[in-house]
Amino acid sequence: MLSTWFPNVQWDVLLEATKETLYMSAISVVITFFLGLALGLALFLTSPGNLWGNKFLNSVIAIIVNVFRSIPFIILIILLIPFTRLIVGTMLGAEAALPALIVGAAPFYARMVEIALREINKGVIEAAKSMGATNAQIIFKVLIPESTPALVSGITVTAIALVSYTAMAGVVGAGGLGNLAYMEGYQRDNADVTLISTALILVIVFVIQWIGDRITTSLDKR
Amino acid sequence: MINLQSVRKVFQTKDGEVKAVDTVDLNIKQGEIYGIIGYSGAGKSTLIRILNMLERPTSGTVTIGGKNMSELSPKKLREARQEISMIFQHFNLLWSRTVRENIAFPLEIAGYPKAKIKQRVDELIDLVGLEGRGGSYPSQLSGGQKQRVGIARALANEPKVLLCDEATSALDPKTTDSILDLLVEINQKLDLTIVLITHEMHVIRKICHRVAVMEQGRVVEEGDVLNVFKNPTEPITKDFVKQVTEPEETVDTIKQFITEFPEGRIVQLTFIGGRAGQPLITELIRKYEVDVNILQGKITQTQNGPYGTLFIQIKGTESALARAMEFLNSVQVEVEVIHNA
Repeated sequence: MLSTWFPNVQWDVLLEATKETLYMSAISVVITFFLGLALGLALFLTSPGNLWGNKFLNSVIAIIVNVFRSIPFIILIILLIPFTRLIVGTMLGAEAALPALIVGAAPFYARMVEIALREINKGVIEAAKSMGATNAQIIFKVLIPESTPALVSGITVTAIALVSYTAMAGVVGAGGLGNLAYMEGYQRDNADVTLISTALILVIVFVIQWIGDRITTSLDKR
Repeated sequence: MINLQSVRKVFQTKDGEVKAVDTVDLNIKQGEIYGIIGYSGAGKSTLIRILNMLERPTSGTVTIGGKNMSELSPKKLREARQEISMIFQHFNLLWSRTVRENIAFPLEIAGYPKAKIKQRVDELIDLVGLEGRGGSYPSQLSGGQKQRVGIARALANEPKVLLCDEATSALDPKTTDSILDLLVEINQKLDLTIVLITHEMHVIRKICHRVAVMEQGRVVEEGDVLNVFKNPTEPITKDFVKQVTEPEETVDTIKQFITEFPEGRIVQLTFIGGRAGQPLITELIRKYEVDVNILQGKITQTQNGPYGTLFIQIKGTESALARAMEFLNSVQVEVEVIHNA
Protein backbone atom coordinates (compact mmCIF):
# COMPACT_ATOMS: atom_id res chain seq x y z
CA MET A 1 0.00 0.00 0.00
CA LEU A 2 2.64 2.52 1.08
CA SER A 3 5.01 1.35 -1.60
CA THR A 4 2.42 1.96 -4.32
CA TRP A 5 1.91 5.57 -3.21
CA PHE A 6 5.56 6.28 -2.32
CA PRO A 7 7.51 3.97 -4.68
CA ASN A 8 10.87 5.69 -4.23
CA VAL A 9 10.88 6.07 -0.44
CA GLN A 10 13.36 3.90 1.42
CA TRP A 11 11.80 3.70 4.85
CA ASP A 12 14.93 2.95 6.80
CA VAL A 13 16.68 5.92 5.19
CA LEU A 14 13.66 8.10 5.98
CA LEU A 15 13.70 6.97 9.60
CA GLU A 16 17.41 7.71 9.83
CA ALA A 17 16.91 11.20 8.34
CA THR A 18 14.06 11.92 10.79
CA LYS A 19 16.27 10.88 13.68
CA GLU A 20 19.02 13.19 12.44
CA THR A 21 16.64 16.11 12.16
CA LEU A 22 15.29 15.48 15.66
CA TYR A 23 18.81 15.10 17.01
CA MET A 24 20.06 18.33 15.45
CA SER A 25 16.96 20.23 16.54
CA ALA A 26 16.95 18.91 20.10
CA ILE A 27 20.62 19.56 20.86
CA SER A 28 20.58 22.98 19.24
CA VAL A 29 17.37 24.00 21.04
CA VAL A 30 18.83 23.08 24.43
CA ILE A 31 22.10 24.93 23.84
CA THR A 32 20.31 27.87 22.20
CA PHE A 33 18.04 28.13 25.22
CA PHE A 34 20.89 28.57 27.68
CA LEU A 35 23.06 30.70 25.44
CA GLY A 36 20.15 32.89 24.35
CA LEU A 37 18.97 33.25 27.93
CA ALA A 38 22.42 34.37 29.03
CA LEU A 39 22.71 36.81 26.12
CA GLY A 40 19.18 38.10 26.64
CA LEU A 41 19.81 38.63 30.35
CA ALA A 42 23.03 40.44 29.52
CA LEU A 43 21.18 42.67 27.05
CA PHE A 44 18.49 43.44 29.62
CA LEU A 45 20.71 43.89 32.64
CA THR A 46 23.22 46.18 30.93
CA SER A 47 20.52 48.43 29.46
CA PRO A 48 20.48 51.94 30.97
CA GLY A 49 18.92 52.19 34.40
CA ASN A 50 19.11 48.46 35.06
CA LEU A 51 21.02 46.33 37.55
CA TRP A 52 24.30 46.37 35.62
CA GLY A 53 23.45 49.45 33.55
CA ASN A 54 26.45 49.96 31.23
CA LYS A 55 25.95 51.75 27.94
CA PHE A 56 29.19 50.54 26.36
CA LEU A 57 28.75 46.86 27.23
CA ASN A 58 25.12 47.04 26.18
CA SER A 59 25.92 48.36 22.72
CA VAL A 60 28.69 45.79 22.22
CA ILE A 61 26.31 42.92 23.01
CA ALA A 62 23.55 44.51 20.94
CA ILE A 63 25.84 44.80 17.90
CA ILE A 64 26.97 41.15 18.16
CA VAL A 65 23.37 39.98 18.51
CA ASN A 66 22.17 42.11 15.61
CA VAL A 67 24.97 41.05 13.28
CA PHE A 68 24.48 37.32 13.81
CA ARG A 69 20.73 37.65 13.70
CA SER A 70 20.89 39.44 10.36
CA ILE A 71 23.13 37.06 8.42
CA PRO A 72 21.02 34.74 6.27
CA PHE A 73 21.39 31.24 7.67
CA ILE A 74 22.68 29.64 4.50
CA ILE A 75 25.49 32.22 4.36
CA LEU A 76 26.19 31.82 8.08
CA ILE A 77 26.87 28.10 7.55
CA ILE A 78 29.45 28.89 4.91
CA LEU A 79 31.04 31.66 6.99
CA LEU A 80 31.33 29.33 9.95
CA ILE A 81 33.01 26.48 8.04
CA PRO A 82 36.52 27.16 9.43
CA PHE A 83 35.10 27.53 12.96
CA THR A 84 33.10 24.32 12.64
CA ARG A 85 36.12 22.40 11.31
CA LEU A 86 38.10 23.68 14.27
CA ILE A 87 35.69 22.51 16.97
CA VAL A 88 33.90 19.55 15.36
CA GLY A 89 36.69 18.38 13.06
CA THR A 90 34.47 17.79 10.02
CA MET A 91 31.89 19.47 7.83
CA LEU A 92 29.75 16.35 7.40
CA GLY A 93 27.03 14.92 9.61
CA ALA A 94 24.59 16.24 12.14
CA GLU A 95 27.21 17.42 14.64
CA ALA A 96 28.76 19.66 12.01
CA ALA A 97 25.46 21.54 11.71
CA LEU A 98 25.26 22.39 15.40
CA PRO A 99 27.68 25.36 15.57
CA ALA A 100 25.88 27.17 12.76
CA LEU A 101 22.44 26.30 14.15
CA ILE A 102 23.32 27.65 17.59
CA VAL A 103 25.15 30.74 16.38
CA GLY A 104 22.20 31.52 14.14
CA ALA A 105 19.45 30.88 16.67
CA ALA A 106 20.89 32.10 19.99
CA PRO A 107 20.91 35.82 19.06
CA PHE A 108 17.37 35.45 17.74
CA TYR A 109 16.25 33.93 21.03
CA ALA A 110 18.29 36.48 23.02
CA ARG A 111 16.13 39.28 21.61
CA MET A 112 12.99 37.42 22.62
CA VAL A 113 14.41 36.91 26.11
CA GLU A 114 15.16 40.62 26.34
CA ILE A 115 11.59 41.51 25.34
CA ALA A 116 10.21 38.98 27.85
CA LEU A 117 12.31 40.52 30.65
CA ARG A 118 11.26 44.06 29.74
CA GLU A 119 7.65 43.04 30.21
CA ILE A 120 8.26 42.35 33.89
CA ASN A 121 6.72 44.94 36.18
CA LYS A 122 9.56 47.21 37.37
CA GLY A 123 7.85 47.43 40.75
CA VAL A 124 8.50 43.75 41.41
CA ILE A 125 12.23 44.26 40.86
CA GLU A 126 12.09 47.30 43.14
CA ALA A 127 10.28 45.23 45.79
CA ALA A 128 12.99 42.55 45.64
CA LYS A 129 15.65 45.24 46.01
CA SER A 130 13.83 46.73 48.98
CA MET A 131 14.02 43.30 50.65
CA GLY A 132 17.78 43.27 50.30
CA ALA A 133 18.00 40.80 47.39
CA THR A 134 21.35 40.38 45.66
CA ASN A 135 21.52 40.74 41.89
CA ALA A 136 21.82 36.95 41.54
CA GLN A 137 18.69 36.49 43.64
CA ILE A 138 16.85 39.05 41.53
CA ILE A 139 17.86 37.17 38.35
CA PHE A 140 17.02 33.66 39.53
CA LYS A 141 14.10 34.35 41.85
CA VAL A 142 12.40 37.24 40.07
CA LEU A 143 13.44 37.84 36.46
CA ILE A 144 13.48 34.25 35.19
CA PRO A 145 10.43 32.89 37.09
CA GLU A 146 8.33 35.98 36.30
CA SER A 147 9.06 35.72 32.59
CA THR A 148 8.77 31.92 32.13
CA PRO A 149 5.64 31.89 29.93
CA ALA A 150 7.26 34.35 27.52
CA LEU A 151 10.57 32.47 27.70
CA VAL A 152 8.82 29.21 26.84
CA SER A 153 6.76 30.63 23.99
CA GLY A 154 9.95 32.29 22.71
CA ILE A 155 11.90 29.03 22.71
CA THR A 156 8.95 27.37 20.93
CA VAL A 157 9.17 29.86 18.08
CA THR A 158 12.96 29.49 18.07
CA ALA A 159 12.70 25.68 18.01
CA ILE A 160 10.46 25.85 14.95
CA ALA A 161 12.93 28.19 13.26
CA LEU A 162 15.67 25.69 14.15
CA VAL A 163 13.82 22.84 12.47
CA SER A 164 13.76 24.81 9.25
CA TYR A 165 17.44 25.75 9.72
CA THR A 166 18.29 22.02 10.01
CA ALA A 167 16.68 21.50 6.61
CA MET A 168 18.96 24.17 5.13
CA ALA A 169 21.94 22.70 6.92
CA GLY A 170 20.96 19.38 5.35
CA VAL A 171 21.58 20.78 1.89
CA VAL A 172 25.24 21.41 2.70
CA GLY A 173 25.80 17.90 4.01
CA ALA A 174 24.41 17.79 7.55
CA GLY A 175 21.92 15.01 6.84
CA GLY A 176 18.35 14.97 8.09
CA LEU A 177 15.05 15.41 6.30
CA GLY A 178 16.16 18.53 4.43
CA ASN A 179 19.10 16.66 3.01
CA LEU A 180 16.85 13.76 2.04
CA ALA A 181 14.34 16.00 0.31
CA TYR A 182 17.06 17.75 -1.63
CA MET A 183 19.36 14.88 -2.54
CA GLU A 184 16.88 12.01 -2.93
CA GLY A 185 13.81 14.05 -3.74
CA TYR A 186 14.80 17.00 -5.89
CA GLN A 187 18.09 15.88 -7.43
CA ARG A 188 16.80 12.44 -8.36
CA ASP A 189 13.38 13.75 -9.30
CA ASN A 190 11.53 11.65 -6.69
CA ALA A 191 8.62 13.91 -5.79
CA ASP A 192 7.24 11.38 -3.30
CA VAL A 193 10.42 11.60 -1.19
CA THR A 194 10.22 15.41 -1.12
CA LEU A 195 6.56 15.20 -0.19
CA ILE A 196 6.97 12.77 2.66
CA SER A 197 10.01 14.66 4.02
CA THR A 198 7.94 17.83 4.03
CA ALA A 199 5.08 16.07 5.77
CA LEU A 200 7.40 14.79 8.50
CA ILE A 201 8.89 18.24 9.06
CA LEU A 202 5.37 19.64 9.39
CA VAL A 203 4.50 16.99 11.95
CA ILE A 204 7.62 17.85 13.96
CA VAL A 205 6.74 21.57 13.85
CA PHE A 206 3.14 20.99 14.90
CA VAL A 207 4.20 18.79 17.80
CA ILE A 208 6.69 21.40 19.01
CA GLN A 209 4.06 24.14 18.81
CA TRP A 210 1.52 22.02 20.68
CA ILE A 211 3.94 21.14 23.48
CA GLY A 212 5.09 24.76 23.73
CA ASP A 213 1.54 26.09 23.96
CA ARG A 214 0.61 23.53 26.62
CA ILE A 215 3.60 24.43 28.78
CA THR A 216 3.06 28.18 28.36
CA THR A 217 -0.58 27.93 29.41
CA SER A 218 0.16 25.78 32.44
CA LEU A 219 2.91 28.16 33.64
CA ASP A 220 0.93 31.37 33.26
CA LYS A 221 -0.74 32.24 36.57
CA ARG A 222 -1.51 35.86 35.68
CA MET B 1 14.78 56.02 64.89
CA ILE B 2 14.85 57.78 61.55
CA ASN B 3 16.70 61.02 61.05
CA LEU B 4 17.01 63.04 57.87
CA GLN B 5 19.32 66.02 57.65
CA SER B 6 19.11 68.49 54.78
CA VAL B 7 18.33 65.71 52.33
CA ARG B 8 18.22 66.82 48.72
CA LYS B 9 17.57 64.88 45.53
CA VAL B 10 18.10 66.57 42.22
CA PHE B 11 17.26 64.89 38.92
CA GLN B 12 18.97 66.03 35.73
CA THR B 13 16.49 66.24 32.92
CA LYS B 14 16.56 67.70 29.43
CA ASP B 15 14.75 70.75 30.77
CA GLY B 16 17.37 71.29 33.47
CA GLU B 17 17.50 70.37 37.12
CA VAL B 18 14.44 69.14 38.95
CA LYS B 19 14.57 69.35 42.72
CA ALA B 20 12.47 66.36 43.71
CA VAL B 21 13.41 66.64 47.37
CA ASP B 22 14.63 70.01 48.57
CA THR B 23 16.47 70.24 51.89
CA VAL B 24 14.27 68.05 54.04
CA ASP B 25 14.90 67.51 57.75
CA LEU B 26 12.81 64.94 59.55
CA ASN B 27 12.94 63.14 62.83
CA ILE B 28 10.77 60.06 63.24
CA LYS B 29 10.54 58.35 66.60
CA GLN B 30 10.56 54.64 67.38
CA GLY B 31 7.04 53.17 67.32
CA GLU B 32 5.50 56.16 65.60
CA ILE B 33 3.17 56.18 62.61
CA TYR B 34 4.45 59.07 60.57
CA GLY B 35 2.53 60.36 57.58
CA ILE B 36 3.85 62.38 54.67
CA ILE B 37 1.10 63.97 52.62
CA GLY B 38 1.30 65.85 49.36
CA TYR B 39 -0.16 65.98 45.90
CA SER B 40 1.42 63.92 43.16
CA GLY B 41 4.75 65.38 42.09
CA ALA B 42 5.43 66.81 45.55
CA GLY B 43 8.45 64.54 45.96
CA LYS B 44 7.05 62.23 48.60
CA SER B 45 7.63 59.07 46.53
CA THR B 46 11.26 60.03 46.03
CA LEU B 47 11.59 60.89 49.71
CA ILE B 48 10.32 57.50 50.92
CA ARG B 49 12.66 55.73 48.46
CA ILE B 50 15.58 57.69 49.85
CA LEU B 51 14.92 56.10 53.24
CA ASN B 52 15.91 52.62 51.98
CA MET B 53 18.30 53.96 49.34
CA LEU B 54 16.25 52.83 46.36
CA GLU B 55 17.04 56.44 45.43
CA ARG B 56 20.38 57.88 46.50
CA PRO B 57 20.14 61.41 47.93
CA THR B 58 22.15 64.05 46.08
CA SER B 59 23.25 65.42 49.46
CA GLY B 60 22.35 65.17 53.12
CA THR B 61 22.34 62.27 55.54
CA VAL B 62 19.79 59.58 56.29
CA THR B 63 20.22 57.73 59.58
CA ILE B 64 18.02 54.78 60.46
CA GLY B 65 18.52 52.93 63.74
CA GLY B 66 21.90 54.61 64.14
CA LYS B 67 23.15 53.58 60.68
CA ASN B 68 24.12 56.17 58.12
CA MET B 69 22.33 54.63 55.16
CA SER B 70 24.28 56.26 52.34
CA GLU B 71 27.63 55.13 53.73
CA LEU B 72 26.82 51.42 54.01
CA SER B 73 28.64 48.93 51.79
CA PRO B 74 26.40 47.11 49.30
CA LYS B 75 26.35 44.06 51.59
CA LYS B 76 25.57 46.07 54.72
CA LEU B 77 22.89 47.96 52.82
CA ARG B 78 21.19 44.70 51.83
CA GLU B 79 21.26 43.62 55.47
CA ALA B 80 19.85 46.98 56.56
CA ARG B 81 17.08 46.71 53.96
CA GLN B 82 15.91 43.47 55.55
CA GLU B 83 15.03 45.58 58.59
CA ILE B 84 13.30 48.30 56.54
CA SER B 85 10.39 46.75 54.68
CA MET B 86 8.22 48.37 52.09
CA ILE B 87 4.69 47.96 50.78
CA PHE B 88 3.50 49.43 47.52
CA GLN B 89 0.48 51.03 45.89
CA HIS B 90 0.31 48.28 43.27
CA PHE B 91 1.37 45.55 45.71
CA ASN B 92 4.26 44.33 43.50
CA LEU B 93 3.67 40.67 44.25
CA LEU B 94 5.29 37.94 42.18
CA TRP B 95 2.46 36.58 40.05
CA SER B 96 4.33 33.32 39.48
CA ARG B 97 4.27 32.52 43.21
CA THR B 98 1.41 31.55 45.47
CA VAL B 99 0.50 33.61 48.54
CA ARG B 100 2.66 31.35 50.72
CA GLU B 101 5.58 31.53 48.30
CA ASN B 102 5.28 35.32 48.06
CA ILE B 103 5.44 35.64 51.83
CA ALA B 104 8.37 33.21 51.91
CA PHE B 105 10.26 35.28 49.34
CA PRO B 106 12.05 37.70 51.72
CA LEU B 107 12.84 34.77 54.02
CA GLU B 108 14.50 32.91 51.12
CA ILE B 109 16.49 36.07 50.39
CA ALA B 110 17.59 36.24 54.02
CA GLY B 111 18.62 32.57 53.84
CA TYR B 112 16.21 31.04 56.38
CA PRO B 113 16.07 27.22 56.53
CA LYS B 114 12.97 25.62 54.92
CA ALA B 115 11.34 24.47 58.17
CA LYS B 116 11.70 27.92 59.71
CA ILE B 117 10.19 29.52 56.60
CA LYS B 118 7.14 27.28 56.77
CA GLN B 119 6.51 28.10 60.43
CA ARG B 120 7.02 31.85 59.91
CA VAL B 121 4.71 31.92 56.86
CA ASP B 122 1.97 30.23 58.90
CA GLU B 123 2.28 32.89 61.61
CA LEU B 124 2.16 35.70 59.07
CA ILE B 125 -0.86 34.32 57.24
CA ASP B 126 -2.70 34.31 60.57
CA LEU B 127 -1.48 37.79 61.47
CA VAL B 128 -2.84 39.41 58.31
CA GLY B 129 -6.03 37.34 58.19
CA LEU B 130 -5.42 35.28 55.06
CA GLU B 131 -6.15 31.85 56.51
CA GLY B 132 -7.05 29.37 53.79
CA ARG B 133 -5.72 31.50 50.93
CA GLY B 134 -2.09 30.33 51.13
CA GLY B 135 -2.28 28.28 47.93
CA SER B 136 -3.91 30.99 45.80
CA TYR B 137 -2.08 33.00 43.18
CA PRO B 138 -2.16 36.82 43.40
CA SER B 139 -4.39 36.97 40.32
CA GLN B 140 -7.07 35.13 42.29
CA LEU B 141 -7.12 37.70 45.11
CA SER B 142 -8.92 41.01 45.61
CA GLY B 143 -6.96 44.25 46.00
CA GLY B 144 -7.31 44.22 49.76
CA GLN B 145 -6.13 40.62 49.98
CA LYS B 146 -3.17 41.41 47.75
CA GLN B 147 -2.15 44.24 50.06
CA ARG B 148 -2.46 41.86 53.02
CA VAL B 149 0.00 39.56 51.26
CA GLY B 150 2.20 42.61 50.70
CA ILE B 151 2.06 43.42 54.41
CA ALA B 152 2.74 39.82 55.46
CA ARG B 153 5.69 39.73 53.08
CA ALA B 154 6.98 43.02 54.47
CA LEU B 155 6.75 41.76 58.04
CA ALA B 156 8.40 38.41 57.34
CA ASN B 157 11.91 39.46 58.34
CA GLU B 158 10.69 41.14 61.54
CA PRO B 159 11.62 44.62 60.35
CA LYS B 160 11.99 47.67 62.56
CA VAL B 161 10.57 50.07 60.01
CA LEU B 162 7.74 49.70 57.51
CA LEU B 163 7.57 52.09 54.57
CA CYS B 164 4.17 52.43 52.92
CA ASP B 165 4.21 53.87 49.41
CA GLU B 166 0.60 54.96 48.79
CA ALA B 167 -0.38 51.56 50.18
CA THR B 168 -4.11 52.23 50.11
CA SER B 169 -4.43 54.50 47.09
CA ALA B 170 -5.50 51.69 44.77
CA LEU B 171 -8.15 50.39 47.18
CA ASP B 172 -11.79 51.27 47.73
CA PRO B 173 -12.74 53.20 50.92
CA LYS B 174 -13.90 50.17 52.88
CA THR B 175 -10.85 48.09 52.02
CA THR B 176 -8.65 51.12 52.75
CA ASP B 177 -10.06 51.25 56.27
CA SER B 178 -9.48 47.55 56.89
CA ILE B 179 -5.87 47.84 55.71
CA LEU B 180 -5.36 50.95 57.89
CA ASP B 181 -6.76 49.06 60.89
CA LEU B 182 -4.29 46.27 60.17
CA LEU B 183 -1.43 48.78 60.06
CA VAL B 184 -2.44 50.24 63.44
CA GLU B 185 -2.69 46.71 64.84
CA ILE B 186 0.81 45.71 63.74
CA ASN B 187 2.18 49.09 64.86
CA GLN B 188 0.93 48.39 68.37
CA LYS B 189 1.59 44.64 68.46
CA LEU B 190 5.11 44.77 67.06
CA ASP B 191 6.14 48.29 68.10
CA LEU B 192 6.92 48.90 64.46
CA THR B 193 7.81 52.36 63.18
CA ILE B 194 5.66 53.11 60.14
CA VAL B 195 6.34 55.81 57.58
CA LEU B 196 3.63 56.29 55.01
CA ILE B 197 3.08 58.59 52.10
CA THR B 198 -0.35 59.42 50.80
CA HIS B 199 -2.45 62.09 49.14
CA GLU B 200 -5.47 61.30 51.30
CA MET B 201 -5.93 63.23 54.53
CA HIS B 202 -8.29 60.47 55.61
CA VAL B 203 -5.32 58.12 55.95
CA ILE B 204 -3.35 60.67 58.00
CA ARG B 205 -6.34 61.40 60.19
CA LYS B 206 -7.16 57.79 60.83
CA ILE B 207 -3.80 56.29 61.75
CA CYS B 208 -0.94 58.81 61.92
CA HIS B 209 0.54 60.30 65.05
CA ARG B 210 2.51 62.94 63.22
CA VAL B 211 2.33 64.39 59.76
CA ALA B 212 4.54 66.29 57.36
CA VAL B 213 3.02 68.19 54.46
CA MET B 214 5.10 68.27 51.29
CA GLU B 215 4.92 70.74 48.45
CA GLN B 216 7.43 71.08 45.60
CA GLY B 217 10.02 68.93 47.35
CA ARG B 218 9.88 70.79 50.64
CA VAL B 219 8.26 69.94 53.94
CA VAL B 220 6.11 73.04 54.44
CA GLU B 221 4.41 72.02 57.66
CA GLU B 222 5.01 69.35 60.26
CA GLY B 223 3.69 68.31 63.65
CA ASP B 224 1.23 66.27 65.69
CA VAL B 225 -1.77 65.37 63.59
CA LEU B 226 -4.23 67.06 65.95
CA ASN B 227 -2.19 70.28 66.07
CA VAL B 228 -1.97 70.39 62.31
CA PHE B 229 -5.72 69.86 62.11
CA LYS B 230 -6.25 72.64 64.66
CA ASN B 231 -3.89 75.23 63.26
CA PRO B 232 -3.08 74.54 59.65
CA THR B 233 -0.92 77.48 58.60
CA GLU B 234 -0.07 76.78 54.97
CA PRO B 235 -2.84 77.03 52.34
CA ILE B 236 -2.06 73.51 51.10
CA THR B 237 -2.45 72.12 54.62
CA LYS B 238 -5.79 73.90 54.99
CA ASP B 239 -6.88 72.23 51.76
CA PHE B 240 -5.91 68.81 53.05
CA VAL B 241 -7.60 69.38 56.42
CA LYS B 242 -10.79 70.40 54.62
CA GLN B 243 -10.76 67.01 52.84
CA VAL B 244 -11.82 65.34 56.06
CA THR B 245 -13.45 68.00 58.23
CA GLU B 246 -15.75 69.67 55.78
CA PRO B 247 -18.11 67.72 53.62
CA GLU B 248 -17.67 69.00 50.09
CA GLU B 249 -21.12 70.47 49.88
CA THR B 250 -20.80 72.48 53.14
CA VAL B 251 -19.95 75.83 51.58
CA ASP B 252 -22.83 75.61 49.14
CA THR B 253 -25.27 74.50 51.81
CA ILE B 254 -24.36 77.35 54.12
CA LYS B 255 -24.53 79.92 51.33
CA GLN B 256 -27.94 78.65 50.34
CA PHE B 257 -29.08 78.80 53.94
CA ILE B 258 -27.91 82.39 54.41
CA THR B 259 -29.86 83.61 51.40
CA GLU B 260 -33.01 81.87 52.57
CA PHE B 261 -32.78 82.64 56.30
CA PRO B 262 -30.63 85.73 56.69
CA GLU B 263 -31.39 86.32 60.39
CA GLY B 264 -29.12 85.65 63.39
CA ARG B 265 -25.53 84.63 63.17
CA ILE B 266 -23.95 81.70 61.40
CA VAL B 267 -21.01 80.44 63.42
CA GLN B 268 -18.46 77.73 62.76
CA LEU B 269 -17.29 75.99 65.91
CA THR B 270 -14.15 73.91 65.82
CA PHE B 271 -13.71 71.38 68.59
CA ILE B 272 -10.33 69.94 69.34
CA GLY B 273 -9.45 67.04 71.59
CA GLY B 274 -11.63 66.36 74.64
CA ARG B 275 -14.01 69.28 74.01
CA ALA B 276 -15.66 67.46 71.15
CA GLY B 277 -17.43 65.24 73.65
CA GLN B 278 -18.94 68.00 75.85
CA PRO B 279 -22.55 69.13 75.73
CA LEU B 280 -21.74 72.66 74.65
CA ILE B 281 -24.92 73.39 72.72
CA THR B 282 -27.17 72.35 75.65
CA GLU B 283 -25.29 74.76 77.89
CA LEU B 284 -25.62 77.53 75.31
CA ILE B 285 -29.39 77.19 75.03
CA ARG B 286 -30.00 76.81 78.76
CA LYS B 287 -27.87 79.72 79.97
CA TYR B 288 -28.52 82.30 77.27
CA GLU B 289 -31.76 83.29 75.65
CA VAL B 290 -30.89 82.20 72.20
CA ASP B 291 -32.26 79.75 69.68
CA VAL B 292 -29.74 77.42 68.15
CA ASN B 293 -30.21 75.77 64.81
CA ILE B 294 -27.66 73.12 63.88
CA LEU B 295 -26.84 73.32 60.17
CA GLN B 296 -24.10 70.80 59.70
CA GLY B 297 -21.48 69.05 61.72
CA LYS B 298 -18.81 66.40 61.61
CA ILE B 299 -16.60 64.85 64.22
CA THR B 300 -13.47 63.07 63.12
CA GLN B 301 -11.33 60.72 65.16
CA THR B 302 -7.56 61.11 64.94
CA GLN B 303 -4.91 59.04 66.73
CA ASN B 304 -4.41 61.93 69.20
CA GLY B 305 -8.11 62.59 69.91
CA PRO B 306 -11.30 63.80 68.28
CA TYR B 307 -11.58 66.80 66.04
CA GLY B 308 -14.81 68.30 64.85
CA THR B 309 -16.55 71.18 63.19
CA LEU B 310 -20.10 72.33 63.74
CA PHE B 311 -22.01 74.96 61.83
CA ILE B 312 -24.83 76.59 63.82
CA GLN B 313 -27.21 79.46 63.44
CA ILE B 314 -27.82 81.50 66.62
CA LYS B 315 -30.85 83.72 66.90
CA GLY B 316 -31.78 86.11 69.72
CA THR B 317 -31.61 89.70 70.89
CA GLU B 318 -28.40 91.64 70.29
CA SER B 319 -27.38 91.44 73.94
CA ALA B 320 -28.19 87.73 74.23
CA LEU B 321 -26.18 87.10 71.09
CA ALA B 322 -23.24 89.06 72.46
CA ARG B 323 -23.29 87.10 75.71
CA ALA B 324 -23.59 83.81 73.87
CA MET B 325 -20.58 84.67 71.73
CA GLU B 326 -18.65 85.61 74.85
CA PHE B 327 -19.45 82.21 76.33
CA LEU B 328 -18.36 80.39 73.20
CA ASN B 329 -15.11 82.31 73.16
CA SER B 330 -14.48 81.47 76.81
CA VAL B 331 -14.64 77.70 76.36
CA GLN B 332 -11.88 75.90 74.48
CA VAL B 333 -13.61 76.02 71.16
CA GLU B 334 -12.56 77.98 68.15
CA VAL B 335 -15.28 80.28 66.94
CA GLU B 336 -15.54 81.80 63.52
CA VAL B 337 -18.48 83.99 62.58
CA ILE B 338 -19.33 83.24 58.99
CA HIS B 339 -22.36 85.47 58.64
CA ASN B 340 -23.72 88.27 60.78
CA ALA B 341 -27.13 89.59 59.88
